Amino acid sequence: MTAHAITDSLTMLRRSLRRMRRYPSLTLFIAGIPVVLLLLFVYVFGGTLGAGLGGPGVPPAPGMPAPAVMGRDAYVAYVVPGILLLTIVGAAQGTAISVAMDMTAGIIARFRTMAIARVAVLAGHVVGSVIQALLATALVIVVAVVIGFRPTTAPAAWLAAGGLLVLAAVGIGWLSVALGLVSDSVETASNLPMFLMLLLFLSSGFVPAASMPGPLGWFAEHQPFTPVIETLRGLLLGTPIGDDGWIAVAWCVALSLGGYLWARRLYERVPERAAP
Amino acid sequence: MTAQPAAAISVRGLRKSYGSQVVLDGIDLDVPEGTVFALLGPNGAGKTTAIHILSTLIAADAGEVRVGGFDAIREPDAVRRVIGLTGQVSAVDGQFTGEENLRLMADLHHLGREGGRLRVAELLERFDLVDAARKPAMTWSGGMRRRLDLAMTLVGEPRIIFLDEPTTGLDPRSRRVMWDIVRDLVARGVTILLTTQYLEEADRLATGIALLDGGRVVARGTPAELKRLVPGGSVRLEFADVTALDRADRALVGGSRDDQGLALELPGSDGIHSLRGLLDRLDAAEIEVEGLSIRSADLDDVFLSLTGRRDGPEVPTP
Repeated sequence: MTAHAITDSLTMLRRSLRRMRRYPSLTLFIAGIPVVLLLLFVYVFGGTLGAGLGGPGVPPAPGMPAPAVMGRDAYVAYVVPGILLLTIVGAAQGTAISVAMDMTAGIIARFRTMAIARVAVLAGHVVGSVIQALLATALVIVVAVVIGFRPTTAPAAWLAAGGLLVLAAVGIGWLSVALGLVSDSVETASNLPMFLMLLLFLSSGFVPAASMPGPLGWFAEHQPFTPVIETLRGLLLGTPIGDDGWIAVAWCVALSLGGYLWARRLYERVPERAAP
Repeated sequence: MTAQPAAAISVRGLRKSYGSQVVLDGIDLDVPEGTVFALLGPNGAGKTTAIHILSTLIAADAGEVRVGGFDAIREPDAVRRVIGLTGQVSAVDGQFTGEENLRLMADLHHLGREGGRLRVAELLERFDLVDAARKPAMTWSGGMRRRLDLAMTLVGEPRIIFLDEPTTGLDPRSRRVMWDIVRDLVARGVTILLTTQYLEEADRLATGIALLDGGRVVARGTPAELKRLVPGGSVRLEFADVTALDRADRALVGGSRDDQGLALELPGSDGIHSLRGLLDRLDAAEIEVEGLSIRSADLDDVFLSLTGRRDGPEVPTP
C-alpha cells in the first residue's frame, strides 16, 4: 500500500462532494422519493393501516404505545423508521450508478494504472454516499416532523438512532459500490439496488411482521432490515428494543465488511469495459 | 536480457487466455527508450489485452513483463509510477470541467496546490484547451476530450505511455493534432506504445511495428522492413473506352480488369525499368492511355498477405 491512503481517499471524497454540489438535483431526487412515499403511506394508506396496527386479529404492534393513539397519527410514528431506511437505499442506488459511470467511462481503469492507494477510489465513493444519504435523511426527517412525527425519547437516544443510520448507510454504501462495479452498464447499476427496496417492503417497516402470513412473516422477522427498523423505533419512540439492538449492529457491520471485500475483489479484477 | 540495453518495455513469452479462448499466445516485444512502437492488428488480435497487462490492469497467465525496468507482476506500484495509460474509452469525467479533471490528477499525484495549478495551466495551454477549460467536458468535442484524456495522463509526467487506439473515431484534423502531440512527446524522451488499426498511423508514427494476429506476432520490424516483406506495388492504367481496355488486356497479360472504371491494374510494376517496358508495349500496340497511376507497396499489402484477411485494419477515412 502507498503511504497516501488517507490523502488519496480525501481527494476522491472531494470529487464525490463536488459532484453533489454541482448536481444538487440528485440529492433532492434521492430525498424526494421517500418523501412522496411517506406522504402516500400516511395520507392514503395511513388511516386504514394505522387502525390495523392494534386492530382485531392482529397482535398489537410492538411499537404502538396505547390503542388510544391509532389511525393516521399512529401510522406516522410507525412508518418513519422504514422511510428513513428507504432514503438510505435510494442513495445507494445513486452511488451504484456513479460507480458504474466511472467504470464505463474508463475512469476506474485510469485510477487503477496510477500509483494511488487501492482503497481510496472506493472509500471516496462510500463516504460520499454516506454523506449524501444523511443529507437526504435529514430532509426526510424535516418533512416527517412537519406532518406530525414526534420522537418521544431523549436526545441521547436520537443520537444513537443517528449513529445506527450512519452505520446502516456505511453498510449499504459498500454494498452499492460493489453493485456498481459488478454491473455491466449504468442501467443495470440503477436496477440492481431495487432488490433492497423490495426487501425493505418485506420487513416490519410498513406493517408489523407478525401481520404477514406464515413463512413471509418469518422471513420479515429475520431479515436484516427488521432489527434495524425495530431498533430505530425503540430509540425514537421508546418501544422495547431487546436483542434487536446488537443484531442490527451486527448486520450493519457484516454488510460493511462483506460489501468492502466484494468491492475490493471486483476492483482488482475488472479492467475497463470496452475490452473486447 | 534484452537486445537493447535501454529497453523501456521488454516482454517475453506473454500468454493470456480467457477460458479456452487464447488471446495472447506467446508474445515477445522490445521497445527501446524514447521511441514509438505500434501494435498493429485487426479487432480481436489481442492488442488491448496486451496493453492491459503492460499497464498492470490485468495479470498475465505466463511470461515476463518488464516496464521501465520493473516487473509488472511483482512490482505493479513501481510500474504505475512511471507509466500513463490512455485507454480506448476516453477516461474523462464529463460532469466536471477540463480544469477539474486535470486538478484531480494533480491531487492524486500529490503535486501540491501551487505545483498542481502550474501543471494544469501548462497542460491546458499545450493542448490548446484554455478556452474550454471551465466548461463541463461532456459539452466538448470528441477530439478535445481525447486531448484532455492524454493531458490527464501526462499530469504525472510518465516516462512510458500506453495509447490504446488514440485516434479511433477522430476526424482527420484531430488525428493530425494527436500525431503531432505524440511526436512532441517522443522528442521529449518519452516512450510510447500504441495500438492502432490504422496502417497509415503506424507508418507515420512508429519506428517499430509488431503485427499482431490471433494472439501472435506475425511480423515485426520498421515500417520499411515490413513493406519489403511483400512484393506489393502496382500500376493502374485507365482507358477511354472498352475497346481500348480490351486491346490493352490482350497486349499486357497478367493484369486485373476493372470494367466499370475502364482500368487495368498490373501488379509489381513500380520500378522504372518495368514501367518503361510497359509503356513501350502500349506504344507498339498503339493503345491510347487516358491515365496512369502508380501505387507503392504499403502496410495494407503487408497486412493482407500476412493475415490473409480483409476484415482487419482499415485505411483511415479521408
